[in-house]
Amino acid sequence: MTHKEFQIIQEYVSPVRTYSLMPFRFMRLDRGSVLLTNDWGEFKIIAPDTFERFIHKQLDTTGTDYLDLRAKYFISDTRSSDHLRVMASKYRTKKSFLEGFTKLHLFVVTLRCDHSCPYCQVSRQSEDKTRYDMTPEMANRAVDLMLRVPARAVTCEFQGGEALLNFPLVQDIVLYATERNRSIGKFINYVICTNLSNLTDAHLLFFKEHNIKISSSLDGPAFLHDHNRPCSRGSSHAFVEHNLRRAQEALGQENVSVLMTTTKESLAHPRKIIDEYLRLNLGSIVLRSLSPFGFATKTMKTIGYSSEEFVEFYKKALDYIIELNRRGHSFAEGYATLILTKILTPFPNSYVDLQSPAGAGFSAVAYNYDGVVYASDEARMLAEMNDTSFRLGNVLDNSYEQIFFGERMQAIAAASCNEALAGCADCAFQPYCGADPVYHYATQGDMIGNRASSGFCKKNMAIIRHIFELLRQADTETEEIFWSWIHQANREEMKLPKVPWLSN
Amino acid sequence: MAIKLTTYGNTAGLNHRFTVRLARDCSAEAMNQADLALVAPLAKESADLAQYKSFAAVITDSPVLFDKLAAAGIPAVRVQSTEGYREGYIVTIEPGSGFIRTIFRPESPHNTIFTTDRCNSNCIMCSQPPKEVDDSHLVEENLKMLSLIQSSPEYMGITGGEPTLLGPDLIRLLQATKNKLPATHIHMLTNGRLYKDLSFVRRIADVNHPSFISAIPLYADVAGVHDYIVQAHGAFDETVEGLYNAAEAGLAVEIRIVLHKQSIPRLKQLAEFIYWNFPFAVHVAFMGLENMGYVRKNWDKLWIDPVDYMDSLGEAVKYLYLRRMNVSIYNLQLCLLPQSLWSFARKSISDFKNEYLEVCAHCTVRDHCSGLFLSQVNRHSEHIHALSVI
Repeated sequence: MTHKEFQIIQEYVSPVRTYSLMPFRFMRLDRGSVLLTNDWGEFKIIAPDTFERFIHKQLDTTGTDYLDLRAKYFISDTRSSDHLRVMASKYRTKKSFLEGFTKLHLFVVTLRCDHSCPYCQVSRQSEDKTRYDMTPEMANRAVDLMLRVPARAVTCEFQGGEALLNFPLVQDIVLYATERNRSIGKFINYVICTNLSNLTDAHLLFFKEHNIKISSSLDGPAFLHDHNRPCSRGSSHAFVEHNLRRAQEALGQENVSVLMTTTKESLAHPRKIIDEYLRLNLGSIVLRSLSPFGFATKTMKTIGYSSEEFVEFYKKALDYIIELNRRGHSFAEGYATLILTKILTPFPNSYVDLQSPAGAGFSAVAYNYDGVVYASDEARMLAEMNDTSFRLGNVLDNSYEQIFFGERMQAIAAASCNEALAGCADCAFQPYCGADPVYHYATQGDMIGNRASSGFCKKNMAIIRHIFELLRQADTETEEIFWSWIHQANREEMKLPKVPWLSN
Repeated sequence: MAIKLTTYGNTAGLNHRFTVRLARDCSAEAMNQADLALVAPLAKESADLAQYKSFAAVITDSPVLFDKLAAAGIPAVRVQSTEGYREGYIVTIEPGSGFIRTIFRPESPHNTIFTTDRCNSNCIMCSQPPKEVDDSHLVEENLKMLSLIQSSPEYMGITGGEPTLLGPDLIRLLQATKNKLPATHIHMLTNGRLYKDLSFVRRIADVNHPSFISAIPLYADVAGVHDYIVQAHGAFDETVEGLYNAAEAGLAVEIRIVLHKQSIPRLKQLAEFIYWNFPFAVHVAFMGLENMGYVRKNWDKLWIDPVDYMDSLGEAVKYLYLRRMNVSIYNLQLCLLPQSLWSFARKSISDFKNEYLEVCAHCTVRDHCSGLFLSQVNRHSEHIHALSVI
């Protein structure tokens, strides 16, 4: 039997005469190395001289640098097709959070609240139910809108004020949505945001029965939490500590989460905040900066800080969290997890605060207590300062089409894609960052905004840059820690498994 | 111990190649005896010949019985020993040469439907080099084999050559597989190049076997290296397109990488390429080299001691493991792998070509080890040694 003669490797990998650069963005990192990224977030860090040769088409086309860049679609040549379909698929996957349209629906069931947190612009200390509570009719129309979106799974999130102060409406909404959904068949994920100060067994029973998750607030240990979140009825921290445990026991640990907001007071206590989370058996934290919407200047002076101050705090806290993980704790930081997911995986993240197109209207919508629909939670806070720029309509007067595809929404959409925003379009961090028209409108008076003086840009640039540095320095253990966050897994699960039959 | 699946015997009264199931009891299944070959060991030589008449053939190790059968005009095959011919086995027998191949064993997890010797690639490490032959008769033989199977095996491979070269006949074969073996895991080895035709892939998907995986090799993250290894210009593009077509049609795909001197240098980058471009792959298998076929011819271009690529392999496995891809290592011995990779190592070598070395007799983890290919017994890593861990 004869066989075909084998061709030598040069028949297949000989140098190509020239190559084309595919679309990419770049940025110099420290020590001069250059970060290249493409639209779907694949990246490559190369030496400065390699970068020069790369862009001047002088790379050795059989060398490792060339092949690496070719394989990540930074280069195209005649050796193989351009795999447009592969690239399109990756881009589509990265943007797949858009599939099904707006998934997070916030129901502001009341503005009444027993807390008077200085960073909250919207709550009212009032007994007047008629003035600050959503009516059942409005609530039902909002449910109808929620069930109109194409997404097969939606989240119905109860907001306040303190949502539990209008618990009857929460019940009505869940029952009405369940009934209406019978013929529609969506998966409805319920979340109630509550400060836990009024939690009763009846609440928990209802939550359990309807699979309603709890999202609460915890800003740190008692001295800090109670400073940030003064409550008319006693220590807010004591309520949270007591009722968090009750809720965890009744609903399961995974169905109770808490949010943390950073104030000026918090900046000095990164470790104490995280230790408090550990003490209360919470598996993760999101280090959130203040949303600077519509504060009086006086308040901002008391609780506010610069982006630089926040980033410094964030880095300290993140370092500490990584250290804790190295000591064996499984504890994640949510914002870093979000950015790591964007950098290290071909998949999107559903966190609405850092997306392009921005979450406002595309991923989230807020139905305010008065029936007015806003593009986001922040947008309705802005409205409390008498600025209704992000008002999409009213549940009683406007149709689904008018609300979600109206002129207002289109104006927001035009400022929502960082691919097309000045200062973002050519930034190497673009695929990992987002756009925020509400923030920029609120801080700069313009939905597009100016990146040079944007606190959003400063903060995210610094954090993403920091995460790239951490990734470059990461040893095996740090890498495992990051992946445990991405997968929401235990630290141990990221270690290569042992064979069951080996004794030690 | 490797098991012998082929042998030559003497035949009498046979006039065409045929496929039969073996029976060891002549009272068995009187209705279908035309599809059965009776295995008649030595002790039966004095028996009444009439009872053998309705069988397709009689296989015996008795020269006396063979002569009697031949004289009586009953189709017969004489073999050295009938030991390897168990009840329920399915064999193909050729008249003239007396060549007998066992093509199905009910108890084995390593059965395959061998579709063709032809291939559209010519991989430099092919263990079973392609032949330009007309072996289209295999389609009917395989359909016959499927019809003869009595109880569904857990696994069934489909292999070649390149099965997709069968075109519409492959669909027929898959349809028969679905009808006959709906509960069996079907694993088809294909280079995926003809999957570039989406309508063909859709027809495969339309067969809708409940557990069907296409195992497709990808040897590099760049076209040149892959095309060199498979010795076909454009193969990389076709396979990439094919993997996407499979995903689009809803076919499960496994990606296979054979480890050798040409695939090792970009192994880590290949793992990255797989994760970023084919995260839908249900399984990624890294495979040690089988010392057969072209491997012997291209030894110098291919051989690298596994010990010398262990760091690259470890990195690639860890990369995919962290990303929750399902990873396996095939054909590599535990003594060559660091303990951290043991949980990925599978006993992947088919029983009929599986061997252990003398030194393995003293190894405490031998039972968990893939062992070696029969073809490697005389040429293998210098680092194979007995382990004494428990």
